[in-house]
Amino acid sequence: MKRLLWIAVPVTLALLVQGFREAIFVAPTEATMGNIQRIFYYHVTSAWMAFLMFFLSFCASVAYLMFRRSQPFRAEAADAFALATAELGVVFCSVVLISGPLWARPVWGIWWTWDERLTSTLMLWLIYVSYLLLRRFSAGAQSYTLAAVLSVFGFLDVPIVYMSTRWWRTQHPAPVIGGGPNSGLDPSMWPAVWWNLAAWFAWGMVLLTLRYQLERKRQREAQEAALHALESDLALGSQER
Amino acid sequence: MSYARIVWAHLCKDLRLEWRSKDAINGMLFFSLLVVVLFSFAFDPTTAVSRQIAGGILWVALLFATVTALNQTWTRELRNSVLDAQRMAPAAPSALFLAKVLANFFFVTAVQVILAPVFIIFYNLHALGQGWLLWIVLPLGTLALVINGTFFGALSLRTRNRELLLPLILFPISIPAVLAMVEATTAILTGEYDPGLWIRLLAGYDVIFTTISLLLFATVLHAE
Repeated sequence: MKRLLWIAVPVTLALLVQGFREAIFVAPTEATMGNIQRIFYYHVTSAWMAFLMFFLSFCASVAYLMFRRSQPFRAEAADAFALATAELGVVFCSVVLISGPLWARPVWGIWWTWDERLTSTLMLWLIYVSYLLLRRFSAGAQSYTLAAVLSVFGFLDVPIVYMSTRWWRTQHPAPVIGGGPNSGLDPSMWPAVWWNLAAWFAWGMVLLTLRYQLERKRQREAQEAALHALESDLALGSQER
Repeated sequence: MSYARIVWAHLCKDLRLEWRSKDAINGMLFFSLLVVVLFSFAFDPTTAVSRQIAGGILWVALLFATVTALNQTWTRELRNSVLDAQRMAPAAPSALFLAKVLANFFFVTAVQVILAPVFIIFYNLHALGQGWLLWIVLPLGTLALVINGTFFGALSLRTRNRELLLPLILFPISIPAVLAMVEATTAILTGEYDPGLWIRLLAGYDVIFTTISLLLFATVLHAE
């Protein structure tokens, strides 16, 4: 695993450099917005990565709930994966929420508006921050179950949040894929999107691997500590006898 | 015992406990009254403005009040290890949950019945839209608050700082429901647009979260 990281980290760094080059120097300047549009390459790729991470977290939580009785070891791995993806999802979602207003201020003239996509992204962020808080406030094996249940609730809430804010109001530009006519991206801009997507995907995967391994290590140490406490209890018991 | 009779037994127990102490209803009532009074100081509304903001204030007051009561609803079961006894009982855990939801629904509705006239007097309200629709919006909105609140109350029961954690996990999940109930109430009070869409959203939210709560409650109750 360590050897793989030795390859993955330089590749990721190279991809990040290439993504930066494509976004800042190679991609043409947008006709009406000017250079500020270049933030789009980071904003949109982070948004896609955040959705991917939250989806993976939901899948891992469902896997945990399914396996927690029959295969406890596999379930613990699923739980570590759910935690790592949720944390990374919050990181990517924060990037989206910070880069969005930076773009909106010069283009729309306002930092923030309560429109459908902005509001639902903020709600998504709030839901997963509350998930991380629940994990922080609870301890032991029950925390895994409670967090997995909350994750299922949160994920089910996402479409409802989206629908409700959609009926509420809309101002965000239409999505670049499947957003209807006149909403697409100029073909000369796509390479910057793909390079950045690849770079941030690789970055996310490296962090995900590291965070997952860290959480697995913490789980193992907690198990060993519990086992140790049990053994010393037994030893004490036999001495008394 | 059939499922319905187990629910009924749990419900009777909760209602009797509340009837003897009256903690939840009194606490919620006074708390929401305070919020209503504080908001009128904060906004100093005229009649036209109050019609715009009354829906929001009503539901925010109820949301806060509900949380104060819901924090008590499960801690009551911790005394004398009642909850452990219920976990060992050969009855369906969802029956316990359903009865708690019904009891809390009843308490919050009682608060609404007393609070509504006060609210109308303080804010000089009369509905410009179809006022009878409030009879649908209020129970649907209360159910949305109570279903998730009771579920997350049980979920945060065995965590540290549970009284703090309940609103922290309840509010984000409830946001679409709060949006729907506020929009529907405002639509009815101002009569400017149709509340039908929001009522349907609220009904859908209730159905989805009632189902998922009933399915997952046993997992939360037996979480070890």
